[in-house]
Amino acid sequence: MLRFALKRLVSLALSLFVASVVVFTVIEIIPGDPAAFMLGINAEPDAVEALREKMGLNDGKVQRYLSWVTGLLQGDFGTSYTYRVPVSELVAERIVVSLPLALFALFLSTLIALPAGVFAASKRGQAGDYSVIGMTQLGIAIPNFWFAMILVLIFAITLRWFSAGGFPGWDAGFFEAMKALLLPAIALALPQASILTRVMRTALLDTLTEDYVRTARAKGLTRRQTLWRHALRNALIPVLTILGLQFSFLLAGAIIIENVFFLPGLGRLVFQGITQRDLIVVESVVMLLVFAVIIVTFLVDIAYAWVDPRLRQKA
Amino acid sequence: MNLLEIKDFSLEIGNTTILNGVNLKLREGQLHGLIGESGSGKSLTSLSVMQLLPSGSETSGSIRFDGREITALGESEMCDLRGNEIGMIFQEPMTALNPLMSIGDQVAETIRIHTPMSPAEAQAKAAKVLARVGLPQDKFPMSRFPHELSGGQRQRVGIAMAVALRPRILIADEPTTALDVATQAQILDLLKQLVEEEGMALLLITHDLAVVADLADEVSIMRHGEVVESGDALPLFTNMQHAYTKQLFSASTHVPTRKSVKPSEDGRLLEVAGLVRAYPKARTSLFSKREVFRAVNGVSFEIHQGENVGLVGESGCGKSTLARAILGLDRVQGGTIRLKDAEISAEKKIGHSQRRAMQVVFQDPYGSFNPRHRVSRLVAEPLHVLPDAPIGKERERLVADTLEEVGLRAEDTEKYIHEFSGGQRQRIAIARALIIRPSLIILDEAVSALDVSIRAQILDLLADLSDRLTLSYLFISHDLSVVRAVTDRVLVMQQGVIVEQGNTEELFSAPEHPYTRQLISAAPDLNLAVERRQHSELRRN
Amino acid sequence: MADRSFLAEMRRNPSLVIGFVLSSLFIVGAVISFIWTPFSVEDVDIANKLRQPDAEHWFGTDHFGRDIFSMILVGARISIAVALIAVGVGMVIGVPLGLAAAANRGSLLDEIIMRGNDLIFAFPSLVIAILITAVFSPTATNAIIAIGIFNIPVFARLSRGAALSLSSREFLLAARVAGKGPVRNSIEHILPNMTNLLIVQGTIQFSLGILAEAGLSYVGLGAQPPTPSWGRMLAESQTMFSFAPHLALFPGLAIILTVLGLNLLGDGLRDFFDPRIRRARQ
Repeated sequence: MLRFALKRLVSLALSLFVASVVVFTVIEIIPGDPAAFMLGINAEPDAVEALREKMGLNDGKVQRYLSWVTGLLQGDFGTSYTYRVPVSELVAERIVVSLPLALFALFLSTLIALPAGVFAASKRGQAGDYSVIGMTQLGIAIPNFWFAMILVLIFAITLRWFSAGGFPGWDAGFFEAMKALLLPAIALALPQASILTRVMRTALLDTLTEDYVRTARAKGLTRRQTLWRHALRNALIPVLTILGLQFSFLLAGAIIIENVFFLPGLGRLVFQGITQRDLIVVESVVMLLVFAVIIVTFLVDIAYAWVDPRLRQKA
Repeated sequence: MNLLEIKDFSLEIGNTTILNGVNLKLREGQLHGLIGESGSGKSLTSLSVMQLLPSGSETSGSIRFDGREITALGESEMCDLRGNEIGMIFQEPMTALNPLMSIGDQVAETIRIHTPMSPAEAQAKAAKVLARVGLPQDKFPMSRFPHELSGGQRQRVGIAMAVALRPRILIADEPTTALDVATQAQILDLLKQLVEEEGMALLLITHDLAVVADLADEVSIMRHGEVVESGDALPLFTNMQHAYTKQLFSASTHVPTRKSVKPSEDGRLLEVAGLVRAYPKARTSLFSKREVFRAVNGVSFEIHQGENVGLVGESGCGKSTLARAILGLDRVQGGTIRLKDAEISAEKKIGHSQRRAMQVVFQDPYGSFNPRHRVSRLVAEPLHVLPDAPIGKERERLVADTLEEVGLRAEDTEKYIHEFSGGQRQRIAIARALIIRPSLIILDEAVSALDVSIRAQILDLLADLSDRLTLSYLFISHDLSVVRAVTDRVLVMQQGVIVEQGNTEELFSAPEHPYTRQLISAAPDLNLAVERRQHSELRRN
Repeated sequence: MADRSFLAEMRRNPSLVIGFVLSSLFIVGAVISFIWTPFSVEDVDIANKLRQPDAEHWFGTDHFGRDIFSMILVGARISIAVALIAVGVGMVIGVPLGLAAAANRGSLLDEIIMRGNDLIFAFPSLVIAILITAVFSPTATNAIIAIGIFNIPVFARLSRGAALSLSSREFLLAARVAGKGPVRNSIEHILPNMTNLLIVQGTIQFSLGILAEAGLSYVGLGAQPPTPSWGRMLAESQTMFSFAPHLALFPGLAIILTVLGLNLLGDGLRDFFDPRIRRARQ
């Protein structure tokens, strides 16, 4: 198990390295001089040159990459051109909104999808199954930001149960903060829950045709016992894969949903960064998102091994 | 008294009649062999007893277990019977166990759902049962998972789960079909022991007459969903009444008539010398060097023009790997392969003149053809290697002639492969190999997937073609009786090495290598088994 | 499809029929919009702004008085074009990569292709779009590239997996024994046997592409004004939809119905191609 984790850790480091090179290179291609941009159009060439020197823009590419990466590793993301504050501070402020939002949505989606999938599979071919499938078809087709708008229309504007947007901050209390995240999380969770429900259902139906399920029945287990003791755990393997993939969609989706609810998260930060050409902010946020996705992939791999003894050994 | 009595039992699944008035009786402590070819309904008969039929099944007739009508029992009463009074083991040990659950837990599960034992007691009892079936704790701890066991060991776990509570009936559905002969013999021994010592009745379902010939007290023969003949084993085998029983028996022991070939020293067709095929194994630890697994380890042999050579060995011994190497499908790590005095290697492009000298027929009659092409195109595929391949009408006629040569009709060229049965597909595979008139055809388990009656016909066809066209075969099989019936010379392979080779009759009647002896003694032989039983019967009287 | 078989198909495989009808509705709408729309989408008519749906403006008008029905027809073009081209990009690049990886299984090439795929999976299309937009300005091409890049590993993995499972099938070994090389085998045997898979996956990616395009234009990373697009219509409606919800309703429904149609079509095609289900039907 330890060897398996170590091996995965090596490939994790490798992915992070390549991803950082990709992000760095893309930002490198960008035309325009950040120093000139920071100082405005009327700046003296000497002043621009001095700032370039200070920002390390005159160093070689490899050196700049290395200092960027060592900075990242130490939590130093550089200084925002427009805000004039360390990017790490900006990101830290925003990530406490985006990450809880994505995790909240992941939690909701799993909470809905697994029981719904099991229910549909156990009622295969009956009315219950068809209605679950029908709902998931619709859930997948609805764009989450549109669903978010509808939620606002119903629950904030018409019923006035929630505020239509904004975030009171975690200082306002856990429940106040979670309340502000509830509608966005529901909007995010809906399509993912639909996909996950379908995956759960299909995986369970597949495992129910396996030989060992028949063996379990021959031992005298009831249908129900067979489902819970044998089929479910085996069906979790494909579900885990999708769960891992979904996290990256949720994080990306969070960026869009934040726009609907005016949440001060990473999404708003990155879009402002784009419009103001504050590239170091864009670069850092993108790197952070990619980092999160790669870490989650790693965790899913570890979870696989935890579920499946065959993987523990193979490594 | 009959412990199990199936009377006029019929089964329909979605308007297809599967079983048609089956009658079967099983007495207490008796070993009953249920024999039939694929599609005869033997497996569904056993699932009917377990009441584990697929959805959409409609049944009529009666199945009585110990006087109780099973078909009238509710699901919860059936759950009490299953695993407790009636145990069952299945064919495929590789997939029949839950891969995520330790073997101890799987055996203990049977015990816990039927008895009020505590988890610890159930585990202790499971340990005893596992030891009873040949998996003692010191060597096979209960914490093992199925993937850590071999096929034979997994089948033992399956048996342990089924017999943990000493059911009164054990149903074994092709329990040894997926296993090697040596393992098969051990598992059959174990089953026989369990019947004798635990007083269980055993319903042993198989397609192989030879498997039950030694063991069964009674035998039933099934065909097309009906039991055509049934009775005490020895009288039935020695005095068969039903035509189908006779046909099955003669097909099982069929030996095609062949001209015997005297291999000439000069007619060397294939020469394999010091062949090595090695794979890197998975690393055992992160930084250790990769170890190498030699699937084929220094193999040398020759095949002469017109000679039929058999290659036997258990699964995983390297025989199919050897075949792939000879066909130039894989790179080799040492040694040479020469076909008609030119070297074959996967690195270099193999010349068309060599390709046309050698063809292949594989085991699986379903996977051997591109399902999207018509037979005309399938059979014509190797024509690709001919420099002057016929085109147009001439090509059509060649395909049609070849089809007729293997016993099919010229009209079949327009059909797709799914329109043919397994036996017909194997004929098409032979036609495809034959169309460019090769000197050597490699037959890799080419008859293993076929029912015995079809197998006998294909063997006849192969023998006839070899005689007429002086074709050579490399006949690869795990089935010794088939190899014995159709080859001149035989190679015995174990763990990548050829341990013995020689004239087929000599080798089979006087094997020298201990492995060969073990193989031959473990292989079920129908004629021998019947003779043995007749002797012991005579002695008893 | 003859009437009788259409009805029969409807009963057997309603997903296929409903999906086909819904998706063709929007594709036909997009095509018609080149020739005719009820109103011009460029005409600003402030006097008629924010009209509720009525007989003249079926779906009402927006804050510039433009006809929403016309805008949805024209908007279908960009959604469908972006998603379709992105699927094409994914297939054209992904499938050969997957086949090459399968043909050289275990080699360095295979390793590079597969690790590259894993890496792309770490960049959701939104992130790619952000990166590209940071370099260039946002356009529809940007959206195509962002969604297309994300489609590459999907098709590469699918075709690698399919090719590997096919290449162990004996008919491919037989073809090799008949002297046919890897490229010829890929074209003659492997590709034709995986077209079903590609069509089904292509339909699914198409629908995902529609959703992704809508999301990108919603946050301003897709097609730019004045090109109408469903996602941007939704973005523009946001400040007004508390008093003019029809602005958000119709583009949203357009997206939902298109995606629903394509998903149903994909499901229906899968059932249609699946020999197990087909056999059960007969």
